[in-house]
Amino acid sequence: MRRREAMRVGIVAAAQTRFRDYPEWRSHELTYLAVEGVLKEAGLPFRDGYDEIVTCSSDHWEGKTLSDIEHGEVSGAHLGPGEVKVTQDGANAVLLGYLKILSGHARTVLVTACCKETQVLDPSVIENFAFDAPYQQLIGLDFTQAAALQAMSYMSKYRIEREDLAEVVAREREAALANPLVPRADPITVDEILGSEVLSFPLTLHDRKPVCDGACALILAHEERARELTDRPVWIKGIGSCYEPHNLGDRDLAEPRALIRAAGDAYRMAAISDPSKEIDLFEVSEHYSYQLLLWMEGLGVCPSGRAVHLLRSGRTDRRGDLPVNPSGGLLAGVPRYVAGANRVIEAFWQLRGEAGERKVQGEPLLALAHGTCGPAGQHHCVIVLERGF
Amino acid sequence: MARRAAIVGIGQTYHRSKRPEVNIGEICTEAVRAALQDADLSIRDVDAFVVGNMELFEGRYQQDMWQADFIGAVGKPGIRVTTGGTTGGTLACVAFEFVSSGVFDRVMAIGFEKQYEGDTRAGLKTVADPLWIRWLTTGAIGYFARQARHYMRETGAPEEMGSMVRLRAAEHARRNPHAHLRLELRTVEEVMRSPYLIPPLRQLDMCPTSEGACALIVACEEKALQARKRPVWVKDWITVHKEAFYVRGGRPSVADLEMAASKLFRRNGITRPMEQISVAEIYAPSTWAELEWLEAYGFCGKGTAWRLEQEGRFYFDREFPVNPSGGVVCTNPIGATALIRVAEVALQLRGDAGERQITREPRVGFSSSWGGSGWTVAHLLSVAKD
Repeated sequence: MRRREAMRVGIVAAAQTRFRDYPEWRSHELTYLAVEGVLKEAGLPFRDGYDEIVTCSSDHWEGKTLSDIEHGEVSGAHLGPGEVKVTQDGANAVLLGYLKILSGHARTVLVTACCKETQVLDPSVIENFAFDAPYQQLIGLDFTQAAALQAMSYMSKYRIEREDLAEVVAREREAALANPLVPRADPITVDEILGSEVLSFPLTLHDRKPVCDGACALILAHEERARELTDRPVWIKGIGSCYEPHNLGDRDLAEPRALIRAAGDAYRMAAISDPSKEIDLFEVSEHYSYQLLLWMEGLGVCPSGRAVHLLRSGRTDRRGDLPVNPSGGLLAGVPRYVAGANRVIEAFWQLRGEAGERKVQGEPLLALAHGTCGPAGQHHCVIVLERGF
Repeated sequence: MARRAAIVGIGQTYHRSKRPEVNIGEICTEAVRAALQDADLSIRDVDAFVVGNMELFEGRYQQDMWQADFIGAVGKPGIRVTTGGTTGGTLACVAFEFVSSGVFDRVMAIGFEKQYEGDTRAGLKTVADPLWIRWLTTGAIGYFARQARHYMRETGAPEEMGSMVRLRAAEHARRNPHAHLRLELRTVEEVMRSPYLIPPLRQLDMCPTSEGACALIVACEEKALQARKRPVWVKDWITVHKEAFYVRGGRPSVADLEMAASKLFRRNGITRPMEQISVAEIYAPSTWAELEWLEAYGFCGKGTAWRLEQEGRFYFDREFPVNPSGGVVCTNPIGATALIRVAEVALQLRGDAGERQITREPRVGFSSSWGGSGWTVAHLLSVAKD
């Protein structure tokens, strides 16, 4: 992974649907809402306004092979810009858009991500098929059980209690009150969380990200083009991605090594030596409550085992000096696949000062967006953004 | 282009309709090992991974998670892209982009399919819109039967033309140790004895379902110049989609193929494709599609490909070699199929294609991928750096 100074790539516009249950729309119709929004904001025409398209969706969640036929069509791919579908978390779609522009093969790229989670009756059936066929799949693992193993491993290593996790949920739900785009706008108490249904010990119903639908879209552009399209571009300064081993038993689940490495690569590209001092805000993908703590530590926001204390100190709140998930994070309700791309968009809005009520204090210069996919965070993607005005 | 990219390592497994001795991870390991050996590199030399296959066909979810350990991606960056039949071609494009971006020096692209472990037709059936037409689709065969019928009607090509394409494919496949179907077909009559799937399409006109994998190592200029074997330079690549609302009726359009090739050729100064391009590996799922698509890409005029075929001009030792590997009708591990097209062109340009090596001097090669609702990905590779 090298540092590049030669050319800059910027995000010039972003749009998304509200995240909720959408029985009235089909999934690609949600994508179209986001595409329409982002093109309007960027002032670009449909299809002719960009050279390449990166979509992000999942055949399994769509119940349809080649889900990008529809998502590509509503993005303008018909006899137009080339389309490629990323089948990982949406942050990776942004990463690919960025590399496409750096490669010189495109000047302007439309990135979209969509998932209609409510049309899947039992996610654990799909998730079970992510595990290796000979061993882990046969014992019936799903992502919540893998997460529970990781949560136990992390909690016992650093003496974290269930109450601490419940505080994370309450915190995210509280922050989400300021976010009009997410469904979970109701506050909840620690007692209510601890008293809710146990999914897989120690995780309760509220420790898991709620199910919802939605789509988002971004326009990425080469530096010159970005400046033509907006006077407030946000530059992509660094990227990183990394895999953990697949077998849960081969990993120290309490240490997110892949995240540490992905973040390290992104920080090197962005010339960041101390993320907790230099980065002004973090948008992290916590699919489960404990992950906010673990990922914060992996990203270097604080030392291992200290995230719970940092959260309690209030420094990571919206009005603190080190804001983490001012949007309310994934626990507020963000669809998978969209999640990482939505972290990027939230960071983009914060840097542009367009985050409405959830705006952090001051004028942030650097922000970090994180996405993850696979069981117990097997794959991570980190993107560092910089305000370009 | 920000930085030149070159192919420095090529690996393929052997292909069968069933490979019960290896699982999905292991079949990818075979291709990865072969590519590393070809490039004389260690897995430590690879900076990032680009993986893909048909997302639903084996029924696996987030396949790259299980694959990561088997391809050596643990602790490294990786991305998974799935674009249906074009997946392999897209894998190559993304690997080229990763390298050209200047962020990664050596990137490995890995495509695979293990069709026997899933149900291809069940997977493909869900391509049709669930509200309107899912109940009346039949996978790929109906589409290519219609294509063949229209081609025959419009060009006057007789029914044995499909069989002549198959004879060429069989001749080429027998020369390719990696091919799946290396059939001893010698006469048109033998091919014509194969049963109709949907007339005029016969079983031997259509691609098989194969299990196998392919891996390519793409490197930046600096690393490519240090490579053990002669690097094959990447000239350009393009993707064009036709997002037809998926009612499979009427004449299958080739607008995507025409647009992809004409744009690609125009921006690379190719005005006489058959002269300027030394070899073509085209992703044609049926013999009849191969004829029509050679025309759509602009290699020959409308309605003329079958006459050139009759004259035997597309054989590996003739003036315009097409699919010297035997092509898709002989070997079809879907997620790898399109990547094999790129790999085979690279082997030809390097002069390493063994018994199937073209006799014409290899300079520039064309590889294409096809899939989705009519998508084309195409690449131009060259022996010379510029």
